[in-house]
Amino acid sequence: MTIEKEPVEGAAVLLAEAEDAALARKDSTSLSQGQLIRRRFIAHRAAMISTVLLVFIALMAFTSIGYAGIPGWWGKDYTMAGTVINGGHPTLSLLPSWLGGPGLAWGEHPFGQDSTGKDYFALVMRGTQQSIIIAVVVGFVATVIGAIIGAVAGYYRGWVDAVLMRLTDLFIVIPLLVLAAVLGQIAGRSGNPTVVLALVLGLVTWTGLARLVRGEVLSLREREYVAAAQAMGATTRRVILKHLLPNTIGVIVVNATFAIAGAILLETSLSYLGFGVKAPDSSLGLLISQYQNAFTNRPWLFWWPGMIILTIALSVNFLGDGLRDAFDPRQTRKAKRRKKKVEVSE
Amino acid sequence: MSISAPSAESRATALSFENLTVSFETEFSEVHAVKGISLEVYPGEVVALVGESGSGKSVTSTAAIGLLPSNANISGKAFVGGVNVVGLAENKMRKMRATEIAMVFQEPMTALNPVLTVERQLTESLELHGLAYGKEATARAIELLKLVGIPDPHKRIKQYPHQFSGGQRQRIVIAMAISCDPKVIIADEPTTALDVTVQAEILDLLRELKDKLNTGILLITHNMGVVADLADRVAVMFHGSLVETGTVDQVLNRPQHDYTKKLLASVPRLAAVDVTGTWTPAPPDPVSLDRELVLEAKNLVLEYDMRGTKFRAVDDLSFELERGKILGIVGESGSGKSTVAKAVLGLLPVASGVLAVQGTNLASLRPKESRAIRSKIGVIFQDPAASLNPRFPIGDCITEPMVVHKVGTRAERIKRAEELLDAVHLPRTVINRYPHELSGGQRQRICIARALTLDPELLIADEPTSALDVSVQAAVLEMIQELQSRYEFACLFVSHDLAVVDLLAHHVVVMKDGKAVEQGRVSDVLHSPQHDYTRKLLAAAPVPEPREQAERREARRLLLSAEAQQN
Repeated sequence: MTIEKEPVEGAAVLLAEAEDAALARKDSTSLSQGQLIRRRFIAHRAAMISTVLLVFIALMAFTSIGYAGIPGWWGKDYTMAGTVINGGHPTLSLLPSWLGGPGLAWGEHPFGQDSTGKDYFALVMRGTQQSIIIAVVVGFVATVIGAIIGAVAGYYRGWVDAVLMRLTDLFIVIPLLVLAAVLGQIAGRSGNPTVVLALVLGLVTWTGLARLVRGEVLSLREREYVAAAQAMGATTRRVILKHLLPNTIGVIVVNATFAIAGAILLETSLSYLGFGVKAPDSSLGLLISQYQNAFTNRPWLFWWPGMIILTIALSVNFLGDGLRDAFDPRQTRKAKRRKKKVEVSE
Repeated sequence: MSISAPSAESRATALSFENLTVSFETEFSEVHAVKGISLEVYPGEVVALVGESGSGKSVTSTAAIGLLPSNANISGKAFVGGVNVVGLAENKMRKMRATEIAMVFQEPMTALNPVLTVERQLTESLELHGLAYGKEATARAIELLKLVGIPDPHKRIKQYPHQFSGGQRQRIVIAMAISCDPKVIIADEPTTALDVTVQAEILDLLRELKDKLNTGILLITHNMGVVADLADRVAVMFHGSLVETGTVDQVLNRPQHDYTKKLLASVPRLAAVDVTGTWTPAPPDPVSLDRELVLEAKNLVLEYDMRGTKFRAVDDLSFELERGKILGIVGESGSGKSTVAKAVLGLLPVASGVLAVQGTNLASLRPKESRAIRSKIGVIFQDPAASLNPRFPIGDCITEPMVVHKVGTRAERIKRAEELLDAVHLPRTVINRYPHELSGGQRQRICIARALTLDPELLIADEPTSALDVSVQAAVLEMIQELQSRYEFACLFVSHDLAVVDLLAHHVVVMKDGKAVEQGRVSDVLHSPQHDYTRKLLAAAPVPEPREQAERREARRLLLSAEAQQN
């Protein structure tokens, strides 16, 4: 009753031996899961364009008018009123001169001026700053809270799960806008209203992620590597932070991007309703609400903030799409594309 | 009982492949799964297609039934009842399924739709193909159930899949496959998910049916015992090509190709079992006084809490495990064998009784003390795909026990990981690789290395090789043996495979429904079983030798009929 070990004869190599040989032959470059995901993400065209666009908008918003006392390259301030030139029409022109346009030029007020002569470019950039701050803070706060609550509920199950999930249900049944409006009012009285508003929004929008992470953890906790870690005496903290959460990163990252898009729209709605950012400060939603009546005679006051909201929200959504495809190994798009190429070449 | 293959002119084939080639377009490259194979299956004949994972055996059969995914490129010919199905339009292929070619799947739990009655599922294909409708179809379905040996088919046909046992479900799947009298049935690992005793019954059923219905069966399997039991001819597949074809006697007893020889050599075999019980046991081992008990269970009871109601998984179990010895726990699914392993690992509390590691009772430990005990126990699980964290590099996987128990500096940990990689015969460079880059067998060796990181006193192996191919299994078992003799740890080896336990263990506990039915030295229990259940288990385990298997089948039939008379 022993296993006979025969020397390798000819080409016949058993699977076990063939696998070892293949491993020994492998070159030294080894791709981690993270690297594979990065590769797939870079191959996702819409997501890459969105990323570039987002970075561009963020750089534009923060460098143009500066932030927190640091001056930017755009000379005008968003609170500074002035004389209205040419009815406040935007001076930005994109049509090049060889097409009969005035050529590529910024002009004095690229986005135009509002009724009191404030530079609208500065105002919109300020609004974009606020929206981006809110998006990032909400994305971060909601993700951290949601991930931790979800992981704890999924890991412990039983009464811990029951309590945490009923709490989640409670947050879900209260209309988000009402809750955010009430809390936003309180936030408005604090020193840094935007950041406090963002924190408050984060505190009420973690529910979706908590549920998703809980579901994922419920299935992951039955994996054998979790049992192995428990069996070797790892603490609960270690199991959750090292073994469970890193493996839900796909769900978390994808959901965070959607939470960010949602937060931008939520802030916009709140400011539009008058519960969010207040004048003289500016936000994209506030600008739209202030100038909705100007739509017929000075439509650019509506279009600029609207377009930027749309661009940010769409880009973040595409980014989330790209991340989801990158994290999902079952995607087949690439193979199909290559197959088509082969057929054409034949 | 070997039938020589009839010449192609004398009889039409039920299924034949001519130079079939299949390749897949994947994300990064093209994979050639099947490289031009030719094979015939005649009516009333069972052809076994054997090979290890990745050999292309399932792809070959899936090509015949036209169910390959859309990224597959198929060339060559596959004839089903004389019609070439390669490149056949989907609507024509659909008409041929069930009437010309049918399939029996591996997993009976998921092959049936849980929300439809068995009647609906059985009459579906009859009605779709216009063979029978309404009451007539139901009558046919009842006949089919009777044919596959479901008792009381009139009543049971109204039931849902979950009301049947695993073996019965596989019978229903077989009934569905034969409902429209197909010329050929593809049985893809039809017994892999079943316990040995149930497997033996299903194999009997398939043998009976192919004689009765004169259907050709293409049997896909990796289990040489099943091949010896059922097949007339065998085709051995390796890396997408056929390396050897012949009658079952030729291939299993006089293999020509080197690959087949080595494959057969790595199959663990049960030594001759004396089912009649006239074997004289060796004198009992002398009980040495200085023996060191590493693991001890006394009247151990383990329970699962199922929403308030307790389910007793292990009941009144006692065993002892000495240092340097391997104790095998065998049993069928649901016998509670893995539950014992779980309890030793501290993943399940002890309900009552004693479970002691080196004299320390696990039931009475505080969490902190229990953590210290954990460092003395290593574990290997069944599924190599799930037992390593996909986000940890191999080095981190191996040294995790040191990190958890705060042993050593970073440099010492890396050194230890390298030592262990040497011990499991893997190159040191894999330290920076990730689990997904390794094969199942290699991952299982990483698990062994991880289990040994802290020089444990006790190794728990819960079905460590049942997800592996035979040659890989042989390598892993050999490694466990080698390491065990080097490090002299005690090992609790849980398995459903009697041959593996016979090969590896010194002592064995046979479990059934949470109770130990028989225990003792492997040589006594497995070679001269005293309990009926052990005898039945042993008789049901197929051996990879057709003549011996035929004898064992006969012995098993006698055993069962004797039992039936007693009742």
